[in-house]
Amino acid sequence: MAANASQAKTARGPDAAFILKKAVISALVALVLFSLMIGIRTEAGSDGQLTWWTRFGDLAAMVAVVFGGSIVMELLRRWWGPVDTVRVVPPSAQKVFSFAGRALVPALLIFTFLVPVIFYDERYILDLGILVLTYVMLGWGLNVVVGLAGLLDLGYVAFYAVGAYSYALLATNFGLSFWICLPLAGILAAFFGVLLGFPVLRLRGDYLAIVTLAFGEIIRLVIINWQTLTGGPNGVSGIPRPTMFGIPLTPGDDGLAALLGIEFSPTHRIVFLFYLILALALLTNWVTIRLRRLPIGRAWEALREDEVACRALGINTTTTKLTAFATGAMFGGFAGAFFATRQGFISPESFTFHESALVLAIVVLGGMGSQLGVALAALAMIGGFELFRGLEQFRMLVFGGAMVLLMIWRPRGLIGHRAPTVFLERNTVISSDLVKEGHG
Amino acid sequence: MDYFAQQLINGLVLGSIYGLIAIGYTMVYGIVGMINFAHGDIFMIGGFIALITFLILVSIGLTAVPVILLLVLLVSMAITSLYGWTIERIAYRPLRHSFRLAPMLSAIGMSFVLTNFSQVAQGARVKPVPPIITGGYTLHEGADGFAVRLSNIQIIVVITTIVLLALFTWLVARTRLGRDMRACEQDQTMASLLGVDVDRTISMTFVIGAALAAVAGMMYLLYYGLVDFFMGFVAGIKAFTAAVLGGIGSLPGAMLGGLLIGLIETLWAAYFSTEYKDVAAFSILIVVLIFLPTGLLGRPEVEKV
Repeated sequence: MAANASQAKTARGPDAAFILKKAVISALVALVLFSLMIGIRTEAGSDGQLTWWTRFGDLAAMVAVVFGGSIVMELLRRWWGPVDTVRVVPPSAQKVFSFAGRALVPALLIFTFLVPVIFYDERYILDLGILVLTYVMLGWGLNVVVGLAGLLDLGYVAFYAVGAYSYALLATNFGLSFWICLPLAGILAAFFGVLLGFPVLRLRGDYLAIVTLAFGEIIRLVIINWQTLTGGPNGVSGIPRPTMFGIPLTPGDDGLAALLGIEFSPTHRIVFLFYLILALALLTNWVTIRLRRLPIGRAWEALREDEVACRALGINTTTTKLTAFATGAMFGGFAGAFFATRQGFISPESFTFHESALVLAIVVLGGMGSQLGVALAALAMIGGFELFRGLEQFRMLVFGGAMVLLMIWRPRGLIGHRAPTVFLERNTVISSDLVKEGHG
Repeated sequence: MDYFAQQLINGLVLGSIYGLIAIGYTMVYGIVGMINFAHGDIFMIGGFIALITFLILVSIGLTAVPVILLLVLLVSMAITSLYGWTIERIAYRPLRHSFRLAPMLSAIGMSFVLTNFSQVAQGARVKPVPPIITGGYTLHEGADGFAVRLSNIQIIVVITTIVLLALFTWLVARTRLGRDMRACEQDQTMASLLGVDVDRTISMTFVIGAALAAVAGMMYLLYYGLVDFFMGFVAGIKAFTAAVLGGIGSLPGAMLGGLLIGLIETLWAAYFSTEYKDVAAFSILIVVLIFLPTGLLGRPEVEKV
């Protein structure tokens, strides 16, 4: 509760009376806000009648937390200085930073490759790694649409769902293998991407966001209601596990373990899945990096910066937008197919708006357009989520709060600069404050 | 025909509720230029506060229904507008001059916070209340025994909406605050140069929007007799659809859009399928934006290079 934030700047020094006054105001606001929502608890009894009881202890605790929190926040703010203070970094430290920056990517990549070796016995870490990599891939896929082409997409989960359901339905109904379904899932998702792209060609910014959100919800509602095809809310179960190019990872005689003459272990499948999603994610990354060097990738970035100028320069904005949607959707579809084969069971519950928001948060937190930033953001978000697994109830509360705080703290994301794709003489990074976004 | 008339009444009542929420979206969008994603959840909070106030008032022995309703309305509006004010203060004001995506994501985060706050604070189960206002009129009884009914609740919802809309139009058109709001909508920098307190005006916009959402929440509670922590999301998207349909930034447009969305949803559910009524509402949004990107009553946006 940043009451009197403007006065904080003019006040000099840690003015105790001011801090106290602010904390009291915050506590009073909190008291009113929480008085009914926390102070009173309602519950429907067995006879359908609502009963209520008071929880003044909790209310007092919450108000005290706000009071203390306000004091701590204000002290921190004074210690930290005004938000836009420029911090001078000494040249020697800058050198270290730039070396660390260059070494970070290879180091991370090598570490990721070694994760299954290091943590072979730790099933939990492997599963978490797969989850993080799935979101890295989704983040990189959405990055094509949001980060490169600047088209704000709040319904990305629709393509994830299309990919997952295409694989699940093709595999369970026609017995097609994962490796045939994977491209099909990508193509189908890309088709849906174009399907979404056509109507929204003329829309920009927030309108685009809300239409993509509606599109995502429509896909989910259709999946829930088209019971004969998708099984409705019950989902699709018994989705076949992936095979290593035809060799199943099962304990049977034709399994991988038997062929290699080693003892079977269920971990093999997990390790295989880990490398599979790593390969898919790296493919996404590689394609994106290559596309950025092609005319189409440059057209995306030009579109993000200025659509009118784009048109004036003769760039076909229709195909530019549609290819961005299709490419992003295709990667979403791949990730969806992977998700289906990993889980073995999918239901509409996995494809809610919350997933779209999570992936978008990863992209924005990663700095919109920075591949490394997206990967780090996915690690931070999903890893952070896991830390709160014990507090199941409060997870979404923490997630939402973290999103707000991160936006206030670093609206430009973790990596707030971009490397230009084209440069004349020397390659310098551009602060993303100079870059427009999300306007297309 | 009778069936159609009945659906028309139901749709108009539902549409009034959507319209009240849509006004909050359209005002905030008009002035700050952001989609306040948390607005649907403000509506939900309003419903919860109305419910709790109602329970307390009943258990301390108040029996006069008009008094109860008035008190519930006032308490709910007061506390919910404080929620609106606080959210603007915490989550949006620090990002006002940031890049456009930041407040939107902050709003999505805030929406998650509010949804789960009420889930944690009040439990995940649906909260039913016994019907508070009963009775109504039979307008017309057909030969086949199907009667067109207009219940007292429906009358109250529509009348409250009309009164609030009139009050609100007066506020925007005739008062100092309304003039400040319109000035901020046109040009914030210029408005502040001319002595308009932009921060205060924006805060007041959120307060008014939240108060109207609280009324909508209370009407929802009276009309459907239940609230739950998840009702804000879908209602929020539909109300936003209504705001866009009517032309974002336009107050009569928001109301008109709300009524249309309510009617479309009710008629679709009545004549086609209940399962796909939300799909119908969202499809309308997409279709409208394709053919009428500025909505029914919106002004076309001129792009300057």
